[in-house]
Amino acid sequence: MQTVKMVVTGPFSSGKTEFIGSVSEIDVVATERKITGTGEKEIKDATTVAMDFGRITVDEDLVLYLFGTPGQKRFDFMWEILSEGMLGFIVMIDSARPETFREARSILQTFRAYAPTPYVVAANKQDMEDAWEIEDMRNALRLDPKVKLLPCVATDLKSVKSVLLELLYSILAEMESGG
Amino acid sequence: MALNGNLRDFTVTQLLNLINLASKTGTLVIEGPNETAQVAFRDGKLAHAMIGRENSGLATILHSGKLLNVSQYRAIQQRAGHVNDKELGLLLINAGYLSQEDILQSLQKNFMGVIRQLFTWVEGFFRFENDKLPPEDQINVRLDLENLIIEGSRQLREWEQLQDEIPSLEMALKFTDRPGADLKNVNLSVEEWRVVSYITPKNKISQIAKATKMDDMEIRRIVYGLIQAGLVEITRPEGAAPALAPDMFPTQDTGEQKSLINRLINRISSI
Repeated sequence: MQTVKMVVTGPFSSGKTEFIGSVSEIDVVATERKITGTGEKEIKDATTVAMDFGRITVDEDLVLYLFGTPGQKRFDFMWEILSEGMLGFIVMIDSARPETFREARSILQTFRAYAPTPYVVAANKQDMEDAWEIEDMRNALRLDPKVKLLPCVATDLKSVKSVLLELLYSILAEMESGG
Repeated sequence: MALNGNLRDFTVTQLLNLINLASKTGTLVIEGPNETAQVAFRDGKLAHAMIGRENSGLATILHSGKLLNVSQYRAIQQRAGHVNDKELGLLLINAGYLSQEDILQSLQKNFMGVIRQLFTWVEGFFRFENDKLPPEDQINVRLDLENLIIEGSRQLREWEQLQDEIPSLEMALKFTDRPGADLKNVNLSVEEWRVVSYITPKNKISQIAKATKMDDMEIRRIVYGLIQAGLVEITRPEGAAPALAPDMFPTQDTGEQKSLINRLINRISSI
């Protein structure tokens, strides 16, 4: 049996666990704990502390594992471990919380330093009323025009599939360019 | 057991705070990546500080503080090389060259500079040697630590913020295609120009820091300023390891690797 992995990262409460949950064929093995910090508790009740784990069986010989990183910076020691040997990574960003954009950029740079693998950026929660426009987000995040910034709703399977496929297309393009 | 550990666990600011609160007397020895620093305290107050062995003598400190000109400094080195700092201080005061206050202020300024430099050290081992004071022949000062601790805390916050902005120095820089700022109106400092002259995707930020003799904090501060001004952006270094590393795939055969990606695409499309 061959296995490959992809990593889903991003700031606290950007929708990583929901993203994996939407597409995984098994219930996501989540390591969530109740939040104790007052500020963070206002956003959600539980958060990932080690990793989330999802699986997609491709065929008899191949399985894709999806790993979600903890979003809070104090758990960033897990990031390097999770990034080892990944095919690529997805940076999730909450489109309605611009105060997290700076952290998202920092996470993106950290992962690029760990492993220069292909990646895409998913602008999550695009279904929310106060979600930022994609091009505004690109400017705010100072993303190169070549970087794929994709609209996403992590609870919608079609949207999640589209993000995963875009990442796979990027990996294929990298292979064809001899990367 | 003596206080010892790693600067990753206890910052210099935290150590100063502890020494201040406990009114400790002794010497804090910090072994950094390149040099060793020795900072002495008496009753929780800064008494003496030096990094390395060189440039810590009174004549050198007074010369770098512009209280001695080059010829005076050379004359002292030649004629009074054998006298210790206390004797030299007395000679200079008695000869009417300097006052006691001049000497103490110059030493305080130098010791504070050493502490400021230590605030930028994030790697290294430390140990506190109880009751050990600098040799009797060196001039000690008596400096409250509170202001230095406040300054150190401020610098620590800045350091954390800069680390968030530029998490890795193993990336390179490139000039933006369409800089947000009008280049004609940009005024760069000498240090910024030195960094700018090395900017190319071939050079990692860590290499630029080495070439310009800047520490992690200084290079991060300058790079952050250039990024904020819209002049440069972070990029993958040219000639870095290929984007697709061999350990990503269970097979080394490129044909099989492509087939594997296509199978993944087909499977996800069909979900």
